[in-house]
Amino acid sequence: MRKFSVFAVAREALRGHKGWGPHWASPEPRPQYDVIIIGGGGHGLGAAYYLAKEHGITNVAVLEKGWIGGGNTGRNTTIIRSNYLYEESMDIYEHSLKLWENLSQDLNYNVMYSPRGVMMLSHNIHDQQSFKRHINANRLYGIDNEWLTPEQAKAYCPPLDIAKSARYPINGAALQRRGGTARHDAVAWGYARAASDRGVHIIQNCEVTGIRRDETGRVTGVDTNRGFIGAKKVGISAAGHSSVLMQMADVRVPLQSQPLQALVSEPLKPIFPCVVMSNSVHAYISQSDKGEFVIGAGTDQYNSYSQTGGLQIITHTLDAICELFPMFRRVKMMRQWGGIVDVTQDRSPIQGVTPVPGLYLNAGWGTGGFKATPGSANLFAHLIARGEPHRLSAGLTLERFRTGRLIDEAAAAAVAH
Amino acid sequence: MLLIYCPYCEEERSELEFRNAGDAHIARPTNIADISDEEFEAYFFLRDNPKGVIFERWRHIHGCSRFFNAARDTVSDRFLTTYKAGEPKPDLDAQPKTAATVETYEALEGAAQ
Repeated sequence: MRKFSVFAVAREALRGHKGWGPHWASPEPRPQYDVIIIGGGGHGLGAAYYLAKEHGITNVAVLEKGWIGGGNTGRNTTIIRSNYLYEESMDIYEHSLKLWENLSQDLNYNVMYSPRGVMMLSHNIHDQQSFKRHINANRLYGIDNEWLTPEQAKAYCPPLDIAKSARYPINGAALQRRGGTARHDAVAWGYARAASDRGVHIIQNCEVTGIRRDETGRVTGVDTNRGFIGAKKVGISAAGHSSVLMQMADVRVPLQSQPLQALVSEPLKPIFPCVVMSNSVHAYISQSDKGEFVIGAGTDQYNSYSQTGGLQIITHTLDAICELFPMFRRVKMMRQWGGIVDVTQDRSPIQGVTPVPGLYLNAGWGTGGFKATPGSANLFAHLIARGEPHRLSAGLTLERFRTGRLIDEAAAAAVAH
Repeated sequence: MLLIYCPYCEEERSELEFRNAGDAHIARPTNIADISDEEFEAYFFLRDNPKGVIFERWRHIHGCSRFFNAARDTVSDRFLTTYKAGEPKPDLDAQPKTAATVETYEALEGAAQ
């Protein structure tokens, strides 16, 4: 693999950029692997990378039904933050945020992590109490989060309308300065390149159609549209299709798949310096380095695998954004799309062992999986390699829906879905 | 936005008038205090989440306000039928009508390299 450096870029600039080769190999699948990871998004590719890097397991394949990063990794709004309420959530999202901070150097690939700050708007006394509770919980746990007055919020994000007469008046905001955005495609490509360099097989256009088990119930491999591929361990990291795959192993999981939409505007000059979210009126918005406003809408109310969604969902979000930022009212929207998110009842992820020996599950990231990519991948690799969860993800078990030890971020979510 | 036929109003109305209420045909155990944790988990949390036909409840919240059931294909979002609460589950082919999602890589880009 060619290392990216200022000298490599300068050399290629002089040669018309004709010397860049493919960033990852596309090998034929072997008949048998130590580990198969189903799902070539950021979580799956990252887990393969960390298996190779930190656990010395390189006989690994990542099977992807479509193309890598073409699912939710390429469909999200790229927001990164770790200001969650409960310790189980703070553990994993903060672990992730720390990995984000050094990810470009680690992968030798620019993922364009930009800690521009994530600001959550408070519109009423309930928001204020809830956000201050979050701020206190975060600060006690060593995570940065601070309260801003409306004037401070306006100073941090000048397009914001803080007039008392506004349709959605603002009485303050919570700000996590280390939060921000990253380039989502680069995350998938960077992990793929670094994993491939360490011997991981990345196999695209390879759809898993069945999970095979021996007479003891243990996983022996997967059936795919390219034939049977054997494996000692299988990790599922397939977002909205996690329950479809788990059904192949005869396990029902507490997941519901729903469409979640996002949209981008026409490109504008830099005007929006941070990420702004509003829970009460459902809006979140940031500006990409290309100049597009990246806007996240809500989930549809029904289960679906259609990767689309209702128009009323995105107009609802745009209504709120036009009120919060009146100067954006004449901005044209350019593209809209949907992804299928797998939502748990407590809105917290599931990462852990399953009732099937050798089968591991990383799912339920719902509407907030992108920010968790490095941390989730890192801990999922630990789970697969050791067969037991890391301390930081030990609470995210599948059993919590039986024991009742839920992690109730549903009531604590930054944006209600 | 979906168009949903309310079997009580006998009219097809916009999704805005309706509220989805989760899976249909789930019976609450009559001995809820006696069942095991596993049984409670299966009743309360575990769902099939099918890629294909789902049987689900809808409530015509801004209309007649009544609950009814629907069979819908979760790949195309097409309603196969709606029927009144309490009526038995209709016998339908459980396979999705199309394997293709609305937006596929092949349709957009051709085969991945």
